[in-house]
Amino acid sequence: MILVFVETGADGATEVSLETVTFARSLADRTTGPVHAVLVGAAPDVTGQLGAYGVAEVHHATGDAFSAYAGAAWAAAVQAVAAETGADAVLAAGTPRGMEVLAHLAARLDVAMAANAVGVLEGGGESDPLVVSRQVQGGAVLEEMRLPERPALLTVAGHAVEASPAPAASEAVLREHSPEVAAADLLARVVSTEPAGPDESGALTSARVVVGAGRGAGSADGFDGVAELAALLDGALGVSRVVTSLGWRPHHEQIGQTGSRISPEVYIPCGISGAIQHWAGCSSSKTILAINTDENAPMVTKATYAVIGDMAEVVPAINAEIRRRRS
Amino acid sequence: MTNVLVCIKRVPDTAGEVLLTADEQALDARFVGFTVSAHENCAVELAVRIGDAIVLSLGPTDTVEQLRGALGVGATAAVLIEADPVGYGPADVAREIAAVVKAHEAEGRTYDLILLGNDAADTGDFQVGIRLAYELGRPVVNGARTVEVTGGIATAHGDGIDGVETFEVPLPAVVTVLEGGVEPRYPTITGRMKAKKTPIETVEPRQEPRGSGRVRLTLPPAQPSTVDVLGEGPDAAAAVVDLLQRLGVAR
Repeated sequence: MILVFVETGADGATEVSLETVTFARSLADRTTGPVHAVLVGAAPDVTGQLGAYGVAEVHHATGDAFSAYAGAAWAAAVQAVAAETGADAVLAAGTPRGMEVLAHLAARLDVAMAANAVGVLEGGGESDPLVVSRQVQGGAVLEEMRLPERPALLTVAGHAVEASPAPAASEAVLREHSPEVAAADLLARVVSTEPAGPDESGALTSARVVVGAGRGAGSADGFDGVAELAALLDGALGVSRVVTSLGWRPHHEQIGQTGSRISPEVYIPCGISGAIQHWAGCSSSKTILAINTDENAPMVTKATYAVIGDMAEVVPAINAEIRRRRS
Repeated sequence: MTNVLVCIKRVPDTAGEVLLTADEQALDARFVGFTVSAHENCAVELAVRIGDAIVLSLGPTDTVEQLRGALGVGATAAVLIEADPVGYGPADVAREIAAVVKAHEAEGRTYDLILLGNDAADTGDFQVGIRLAYELGRPVVNGARTVEVTGGIATAHGDGIDGVETFEVPLPAVVTVLEGGVEPRYPTITGRMKAKKTPIETVEPRQEPRGSGRVRLTLPPAQPSTVDVLGEGPDAAAAVVDLLQRLGVAR
């Protein structure tokens, strides 16, 4: 049995959690099967939604201990459900929270965990070790990693698979749990949350269009054109690490391995060479239109479309053309 | 004074092309430099701001270079657990760090706070900080941008799903740090001079590692460029807007 830690938002299970459930189905096909989901704390009813993705049982852990987030407490709940159901593997999305909960679980069970898995290569039967492929070095290198213990723990890299409903939807059964949580597991707990501003990184990760700017912006004053283009396209502005390091723009706009990972319909990187650090954060964009003076820059060669030129000239021309067609 | 242990990792600085060793167990680092991750640079900065910072790493002899980097910006002592990190999984690393913490504790050198990066830039395991916390029986906050200590409590702020989350944990505690909350300082000339003179405590690993489970590394297949160049300079603007309209993102 494969257990998936599912995260939810206002619209139900998050996209990456549905991707993880889809990944879990392919793992279940190699094992003895079904896929179960576990949710912790306040969550909307996603039983119907998860059933459509092939989940047989939805375990919902609730109680006073889960009124505010605590990684150890969340892991205690997942641990209790995993023990009760005899899970052979526990999966989570490769989100900050998915990583944290699974790492706690790995420490508690003293078993290995594979972070950012992208595929299953071997095994999955009851006793043969699982071998997974996972992203290391910010996605520039893949590691084949052996997971000999049970339960096998892995997080699934964002957009490693596309979320797809099961060929045959199941009527998922909802099971309520009230796991015990030790006081020690509640020591590191959220005591307050300051809502994020509308212009912060949430907008970047959910935008359909992202306009990016890098060193080619030239200075802190070089972002007017790209900001206007982002506004004209109802998109968000993102920047490379160089830009935040130089203090030209705030860190929450950073795209990359140590910034936001984006997956928009269209990404328009301007004056960004495309170092591995940056590529790790933008490689799952559907279409990339690079604007760069260097036709050999990695961002240009990896892009779907490109314009060779200085962003300071090209971007204002695009903005003018969009405005002209609108009037 | 708060005693802070800050853990860093020497990793290849791979801005350009990545090559693997012949045995596919590591990155071929002959032609690249070494660094520590941006997360860890911020952890060092926070440690220096909070109190007396002691820097620690598990790595080969050359890791002295990264330890001296931290000494140069204000850490007062350094510990090297000398080992080839390729054979060490995150549980092994956590166990070795915990052994040093306990050994120092027995000598009266206690650490109120232990800071690490959120995840290593190379292996990206996201586990050493959390496993270390369990080894030591301490609470752990993950992914903090800032950390302050007052009256035996560490207050950490980080980005949660609904906004900026605040954690307050009693010391001793472990906190893993994400880049972006503080600006790491540059070493001063006197800092560098002092770093060169500071002795580095070198210790042997205590246990045989269980290993990382690594079978081998592979490079994702190189995709031939299929880029469609729309034009050069501002003259390409019309072709760009045609494309954006076709993709349904420009009105």
